[in-house]
Amino acid sequence: MAETATTQPTKEREPLFGKQERKLLTDPLNDNNPITVQVLGICSALAVTTLVYPSIVMSIAVVFVTAFANLFTSLLRTYIPKQVRMIVQLVIIAFLVTVVELTLKALNYTVYKQLSVFIGLIITNCIVMGRLEAFAMANKPWRSLIDGIGNGLGYGAILIIVAFFREFFGKGSLFAGSPLEMKIIGSTAEYWINTSDSVWMGWYANNNLFVFPPAAMFIIGVLIWIQRAWNKKLVDIS
Amino acid sequence: MRNSSNYILLFVGTLTAIVALVLSLMYTGLKDVHARNEAIFNKRAILSAVSNYLEKPVDKMTDQEVQDVFDSKMEQKVVNYQGEPVSSEDVEALGYKGGKAEDIDMAKEKKKPAEDRIYPVFMYEDNGNKYYIVAIRGNGLWDEIWGNIAIKEDLNTVAGASFDHKGETPGLGAEIKDNPAFSKQFQGKELYDDNGDYVSITVRKGGAKDPEHEVDAITGATITCDGVTDMLYNGIKNYQNYFEKLKAEQGSGKMGMLIQ
Repeated sequence: MAETATTQPTKEREPLFGKQERKLLTDPLNDNNPITVQVLGICSALAVTTLVYPSIVMSIAVVFVTAFANLFTSLLRTYIPKQVRMIVQLVIIAFLVTVVELTLKALNYTVYKQLSVFIGLIITNCIVMGRLEAFAMANKPWRSLIDGIGNGLGYGAILIIVAFFREFFGKGSLFAGSPLEMKIIGSTAEYWINTSDSVWMGWYANNNLFVFPPAAMFIIGVLIWIQRAWNKKLVDIS
Repeated sequence: MRNSSNYILLFVGTLTAIVALVLSLMYTGLKDVHARNEAIFNKRAILSAVSNYLEKPVDKMTDQEVQDVFDSKMEQKVVNYQGEPVSSEDVEALGYKGGKAEDIDMAKEKKKPAEDRIYPVFMYEDNGNKYYIVAIRGNGLWDEIWGNIAIKEDLNTVAGASFDHKGETPGLGAEIKDNPAFSKQFQGKELYDDNGDYVSITVRKGGAKDPEHEVDAITGATITCDGVTDMLYNGIKNYQNYFEKLKAEQGSGKMGMLIQ
């Protein structure tokens, strides 16, 4: 990867990180979010968001894959034969996903087990291939890299927001499985608010619905609603 | 030129070769780390069965601490269906490098008939008390489930249990692993009835009725819970011959104390 970094295009008159680059990075976070606006990558957003910590790991993995898949595809874009371009893109994505999988398995085996097949399924995540087709095949490497990072972050941000609600209301904890684990509300003594002996919170029970995938659907739906009500640019789209 | 078949073949061939080379190098380089991680992961699962008797919760332990407990307090043994010990050479001959109980792949053993399998036994010693941890494996709703059951020295009372699964539904079947309250129920349950007949432990839908041999099922996960019941019954049954032998040994040892 060090090699490819040095082969970035030579700086032209444009600044390295100008207005357009900033737009590429921030657009997917809000105006053109892959999940809430383009409605891509929903499948994994429903599956991996039961806990915050694995969602963060998943987000980092996706940022890595989108960024470098965009970069590599853009570097090769003039050499890729048009007839087999999707296969080539798929090889690049699959390569990066396998790199992520092998690395995660070595670094954090528990999270690797929790995410199980969903790391491998980043290959089929529409966001990655969508960006390759729509952006990297027609743009220079540096911008493609930024676009990849932006889209990965846009996806990851939604993932973490959804996971936050699902873990808090579903399990009563946050960041479970990580060193930052917080057990907030539950019916045993290890939680900060113990509902079994609290006079005020005795009515509270974790909502198991939030652990199920449909809850992610509802939360994403509500997020889309809030975003459209708040972001005027999205009002007339679709 | 760019559209010629030769160019396409050359391009795809080169790309594939580079990708294959990098990935295989990476895989070979990380193989040992992966194997070590997996071993520690399995050891944590085994230790969870005796979590009551550990100094701190298993998930708070570092990898090194897990290894230390295994080195200092855990004795490993491999037995066959007849309850006879299997030597580590024989275990290695079956394809398990290392030849110890922790090296046995239960998923592979499950494919053989029960009589031909080899069974791992872990003996955990704490303050003079001995706990036998046995490994069991069965089927849940979507895929395999497995667990480790710790049994006290009387070979009847359960000291603890831990479960895991391959693909049960989060929030339903996956609760056998995620909800510590489920596995906690098994503590103090008994495997034999008053006549000494093997009855195992049943996961009862609608709530346990028999305080000694039943635990509560998880709502909405009936098939997984039935799977746990079957797994417990069949899995522990396969250790019966070994238990009989152990009891005979204990009996001859304790007889002297009774006379005194």
